[in-house]
Amino acid sequence: MPDIKVTPLGAGQDVGRSCILVSIGGKNIMLDCGMHMGYNDDRRFPDFSYITQNGRLTDYLDCVIISHFHLDHCGALPYMSEMVGYDGPIYMTHPTKAICPILLEDFRKITVDKKGETNFFTSQMIKDCMKKVVPLNLHQTVQVDDELEIKAYYAGHVLGAAMVQIKVGSESVVYTGDYNMTPDRHLGAAWIDKCRPDILITESTYATTIRDSKRCRERDFLKKVHESIERGGKVLIPVFALGRAQELCILLETFWERMNLKAPIYFSTGLTEKANHYYKLFITWTNQKIRKTFVQRNMFEFKHIKAFDRSYADNPGPMVVFATPGMLHAGQSLQIFKKWAGNEKNMVIMPGYCVQGTVGHKILNGQKKLEMEGRATISLRLIDGVCASVIILEVKLQVEYMSFSAHADAKGIMQLIRMAEPHNILLVHGEAKKMAFLKDKIEQEFNISCYMPANGETTTVTTNPSVPVDISLNLLKREMALGGPLPDPKRPRTMHGTLIMKDNSLRLVSPEQALKELGLSEHQLRFTCRVHLQDPHSDTDTLSRIYSHLKSVLKGYAVQHLPDSTVMVESIVLKVSSSAEEPDLKVVLLSWCFQDEELGSFLSTLLKKGLPSAL
Amino acid sequence: MTLFRCWLLRSTGMAAHLKKRVYEEFSKVVQQLPHEEVPAKKLRLTKPSKSAALHIDLCKATNATDALQYLLNFARKPVEAESVEGVVRILLEHYYKEVDNSVRLKIASLLGLLSKTAGFSPDCIVDDVISTLNNDKSKQVLAQLLDTLLVIGTQLPENIAVTQRLIDVACKHLNSTFFGVRNKCLQLLGCLGTVDKPLTKESETGPSASATPPRDVPSLISDYFSDQDPRVRTAAIKAMLQLHERGMKLQQTVYNQACKLLSDDYEQVRSAAVQMVWVLSQLYPESIVPIPSSNEEIRLVDDSFGKICHMVSDGSWVVRVQAAKLLGSMQQVSPHFLEQTLDKKLMSDLRRKRTAHERAKELYTSGEFSSGRRWADDAPKEKVDTSGVNLIDSGACGAFVHGLEDEMYEVRIAAVEALCSLAQASPSFAEKCLDFLVDMFNDEIEEVRLQSIHALRQISTNITLREDQLDTVLAVLEDSSRDIREALHELLCYANVSTKECIQLALLELLKNLTKYPTDRNSVWKCLKFLGARHPTLVLPIVPELLSTHPYFDTPEPDMDDPAYIAVLVLVFNAAKSCPTMPALFSDHTFRHYAYLRDSLSHLVPQLRLPGRKQVAGTSSETSGVGAGSLESAQHFLQESLARVSTLQNLDSPGAQELLHFTIRDLQRLGELQTDLAGSADFCATYLHCQLLLMKALQEKLWNMAVPLCLKQNAMASTAAQQILEETYKLEFLYSGLESRQVATIHNVRLQAKALQLILIARTKRGVEPLLALCEKFLQEVEAFQRLFITELPHFQDSFVEKLLELMPRLVACKPLDLVKILQTTLRQSRFIHLKLPEQIHRALATIIEPTGESDNPLRFTSGLVVALDIDATLEHVQEPQTVVKVQVLYPDGQSHIIHPKPGDFRTPGPGRVRLITQVYLSHSAWTEPCQIEVRLLLAYSSSSSKLAAPKPAWNESMEGLPTSENLIEGTINLSKPVKVFIMPKPARR
Repeated sequence: MPDIKVTPLGAGQDVGRSCILVSIGGKNIMLDCGMHMGYNDDRRFPDFSYITQNGRLTDYLDCVIISHFHLDHCGALPYMSEMVGYDGPIYMTHPTKAICPILLEDFRKITVDKKGETNFFTSQMIKDCMKKVVPLNLHQTVQVDDELEIKAYYAGHVLGAAMVQIKVGSESVVYTGDYNMTPDRHLGAAWIDKCRPDILITESTYATTIRDSKRCRERDFLKKVHESIERGGKVLIPVFALGRAQELCILLETFWERMNLKAPIYFSTGLTEKANHYYKLFITWTNQKIRKTFVQRNMFEFKHIKAFDRSYADNPGPMVVFATPGMLHAGQSLQIFKKWAGNEKNMVIMPGYCVQGTVGHKILNGQKKLEMEGRATISLRLIDGVCASVIILEVKLQVEYMSFSAHADAKGIMQLIRMAEPHNILLVHGEAKKMAFLKDKIEQEFNISCYMPANGETTTVTTNPSVPVDISLNLLKREMALGGPLPDPKRPRTMHGTLIMKDNSLRLVSPEQALKELGLSEHQLRFTCRVHLQDPHSDTDTLSRIYSHLKSVLKGYAVQHLPDSTVMVESIVLKVSSSAEEPDLKVVLLSWCFQDEELGSFLSTLLKKGLPSAL
Repeated sequence: MTLFRCWLLRSTGMAAHLKKRVYEEFSKVVQQLPHEEVPAKKLRLTKPSKSAALHIDLCKATNATDALQYLLNFARKPVEAESVEGVVRILLEHYYKEVDNSVRLKIASLLGLLSKTAGFSPDCIVDDVISTLNNDKSKQVLAQLLDTLLVIGTQLPENIAVTQRLIDVACKHLNSTFFGVRNKCLQLLGCLGTVDKPLTKESETGPSASATPPRDVPSLISDYFSDQDPRVRTAAIKAMLQLHERGMKLQQTVYNQACKLLSDDYEQVRSAAVQMVWVLSQLYPESIVPIPSSNEEIRLVDDSFGKICHMVSDGSWVVRVQAAKLLGSMQQVSPHFLEQTLDKKLMSDLRRKRTAHERAKELYTSGEFSSGRRWADDAPKEKVDTSGVNLIDSGACGAFVHGLEDEMYEVRIAAVEALCSLAQASPSFAEKCLDFLVDMFNDEIEEVRLQSIHALRQISTNITLREDQLDTVLAVLEDSSRDIREALHELLCYANVSTKECIQLALLELLKNLTKYPTDRNSVWKCLKFLGARHPTLVLPIVPELLSTHPYFDTPEPDMDDPAYIAVLVLVFNAAKSCPTMPALFSDHTFRHYAYLRDSLSHLVPQLRLPGRKQVAGTSSETSGVGAGSLESAQHFLQESLARVSTLQNLDSPGAQELLHFTIRDLQRLGELQTDLAGSADFCATYLHCQLLLMKALQEKLWNMAVPLCLKQNAMASTAAQQILEETYKLEFLYSGLESRQVATIHNVRLQAKALQLILIARTKRGVEPLLALCEKFLQEVEAFQRLFITELPHFQDSFVEKLLELMPRLVACKPLDLVKILQTTLRQSRFIHLKLPEQIHRALATIIEPTGESDNPLRFTSGLVVALDIDATLEHVQEPQTVVKVQVLYPDGQSHIIHPKPGDFRTPGPGRVRLITQVYLSHSAWTEPCQIEVRLLLAYSSSSSKLAAPKPAWNESMEGLPTSENLIEGTINLSKPVKVFIMPKPARR
């Protein structure tokens, strides 16, 4: 039996470094090629030596598909294509193709220029890598080669995020990437048709969460910001440059507009301007409201949101600032945080997940005193020649957590499964414990098998692909004429025909045609059988008795008594003879051809029972 | 004078004879009416030419394309009922000869179109169509022919033989291989089939059917629920629904099949199936169905509710909209299930009733899904026993939560509507859905926000807002959209709140709103009026604080012109109305302010029973007339004054004028005091005013003098006639709720006024020529009156009109001058008609809120360009405001522009009230200094609107032959007081 093999190189029972290998119908596909945020060594990239120890990957991979521009889904791409070596096609959607290189370049700058790493991919490599990209449109079926085809579906999550269906023959796999089933302020909800794939590879970040209604969260968020502003406080919202930031911007922008608020909103510059530019361009990938109203006004042309300057942080009066990065571990957001932390009127809103060890994580867990390394202050203590100072920062400002993460929650995952109706499910991109919980739920709910392989672990799923066979029209018509009025799609039907397998093609034709095509002559196969009957009458009388008996039993069949003392039932010939010694023991000779096997054997058993005496 | 008397005597003698003649003539007129309307002659001319032309055209056609072109051209023109038959014959003739499929198809469709012609009975072509149906080979043509039969069948619903034949035809073609044919057959069955009668000729349809017992239409249709083609499946469900619509009772057995179709691959099938499941749930709400996964059973309505809820998260938004809409109408569902729709997590309890033990376990494990609202609460807990708890797929769960956060706003609106109608039926559900509706106030689409505010208003009688809820509701008051704010004010008018803090909060926010958007003044005041009247006990404890009074010290007197202070006072006074202890807390200036406000804003400040020491002057005496709001006494007063007036038999009776004068004054005052009767009182007053004018105009001395001697009186009379005419138009079109009797009375007065005009013209002008036409016209009007108000005539004993009608034969025959003479006498002899009031009369009213006309800053703009002026007005009791209300702009140079507002500018905040918010564009050449223009609203009327609507031309929409009524009168009535706007067009700078 054919099977599909799935091996996660990353994101197996883990979040980050998404990279999944799929072998389907003899094709090898790599889904996503991401990096891990948590590591700074070799573990940061997927282990491509799993595919091949030496040499380039081109020979082993048919294509690479990138679901969206987050670095944990595309961060290792230049490394793989340029440093390991891959020249095949890389598929991604148009927005992803546009935004991905910006993020890669930014990532490279931080790693190489700031941290001073060597042996890292260069700007040129990013450019070369992007040259290999083939853009995808939504719902467009792209033929990678003669057999392999891929199709992208809308996934929500971030601008340009896509789910991909990979299809070889009648076998198919759907990879969701990251997706979101609840629409937000700038993106719509993920959607897929009932494509019934063999395997659905789905993310499971929020496997154990069913989130409250989005409205509640939005309302809480706006209320908190509004209250804080009215008090004259400053609000800090640490975000990552792309994705959630845009949603929150739109949310605040429309709220400001509706409520006629005057307090300034700032967005720390950097990637944002470039990114916002792309958001303005790819309007078709956003939600209904933005799509419909962009003619009057493009929602991403913010009226109230201005670029941030470092000096603004000390300005008096209320303000809202979006600053990067999102977990308060470094950079501008941390600087602003330090400035504002001492005032209880101020507020920081964490809109997403925070990794352990970051300031964000600490304050979310209620820590009120933070130890900060201050480079600016001059320390008087010298410890082993290193100049260091420790400042104790008191956290007086309010700390709020608002989950605005754009991943599907447990119910969303279930909803997608219901939409796609897959035969098997494979969970990736989540924590093992939570996955296990969801796996149980899925198996119990949908009664289909669910897998959650670890990194490097291969899952094999046996498929039962249907084999298409060309059927000759004549044969089909003949069958139609025989059977009922209409074919019933729900019920299989048997038919006679000859299967010709020739030149990699399968055809079902009528026997005559097959004979003709193959140049063979037809062989008649006839069965004969003798049945002994005890009958005192003469031969001819016996025959006529048999005739009338058959006539009464086989209604609806042509039973003939021929003058040459035979009885014909359809094509079956019956003859009666008796030997001179035992005139009462009649021998009935039955002969039928192969096609009438059924009727023939019925007749022989019937005659073996003897003739009824009533005749 | 004596001469008149003499004539009168004679005429009474002749009266009986004349009356008879009038009625004879009258009945004749009625008979002739239909003949007049049908221009029969013209038809007969066109008939042969039409079919003949078609015949010639078709014969000329050498190829299929040409023939098709002819047919297409032919289809554009209407065919009269009489010639249809002939055309059909020709078409059929060509049909038999035609080999091209597309032409035959077009002919078939034309046959269907033709059989829709009014006045043509298509049963004569049934045979032909059926026989062609049996002979034709092309499947498309077959489908079209079946469609034609469908049209014919729907035209002949009561012809049972034809119906039966058509059903047989449909059954016969049901097993066609072409989906279109099957579709049409199912449609036919749906439109014509009956449930009770089994299909007798079923045996003919196929050899296999011989064994099966005769089947009825629904079971036959239900076979096609599992057809291979989704279009046929849809058609089958629709046919079934059609049967239901036609009043056939569907069997419950269909339910399971319909439920299966809910998971069909095609959206149109699912969409139809949702409808079907809903229909069945309404038919058999109480029957019991088993739950597949267990051995338990639930009510069908609950089951289907769960299933439809499930469809709210369907992949197709069309289905989602439909499902969300239908949910709103499923009110028999158990409350238990209903509440699940608002909870995403609590899912398990839906499908089966479980033991208390199990429920307790669930409580314990309910923490298994985190809400995502707090940090790190989604850490996996200890392994829970998940067996047997089916958490995800239980349909109803969170259906509304999903619907309300759907991507498409259509779905969201449908969900809000459904939520609203379900909440109206169930108070406990209303309580629960409150939070969700409040959340929707924050939607990104204004329409949704507005809809949810309206929804909340509708259910607010069922609920009491908590402080935190009120807080979120009030946050919307800062919205920059005026519609939203006003909807919210409307909502607050109906809302119940629980604590005094709520009142304080609401007041605070409303005052904030008032400072931010001063234009909301009226709306805010009104809102506070209701808020105070609803919660007197909650307002009481905070009165000192609100009025900032102090037990020992006198506080400064607040500014009486401050809208915020007025707002507070409105709240307090309205609360004080039902709380007699409250006035004790007022300080002196509060009472003074009360007196002032009671007079200036009487619609907002109620009559208070103030403690004896401080009777405010003016209020008590004024109110004694109206009584303590007693509507009955006012009604009584109205009737009495009318009765008093009706004692006036003749216009000449002494003291009549005084009586009328006083009555008119009384009625006008009554209208001001008692708003409920304002319409009736105004109406009567205006009517009486007409009578008064008429009376004055007919004063004797004027008529006995020679014309040149009384030019002044003459002028007076002619202005009076003009004024009466205007007033009658007002009477007819400005008031709603009139019955045909009142309209007839008004017309009578109008005829009198016209007669008066005629007489005056006859007196002043020399020569007969102009008079002739006028007389002719007048007589036509009298006839028209007779036509329109035949049923009302018995009420018009001795009236002007009645007398005229009696004299009609003579009038028609006599010369204009004689006619004028007769008119003059009749006018003076005729009796005053007692006005009978209908139940309720409302006067159409408009108030321009904006511009206020108070601004001293001129609106400056460059001449030749336009400036947009925002107009905000409320309209009351205006029927079809979209068509009748216009804005008039009057420039100082006498130029006047009339602007038709867009239909979208009219909003309906409540029953009977319409709000017009529009912009008018002003432009003018340059002025040297700013000047005022006048803006007012007009009510356009046309006399044709009161008559019967002209019959629509049949078959197609051509309007060429529509007759225009000759004596159509169009005009406008002022609907509002004019508002002055200061503008200044500057010369363009070069």
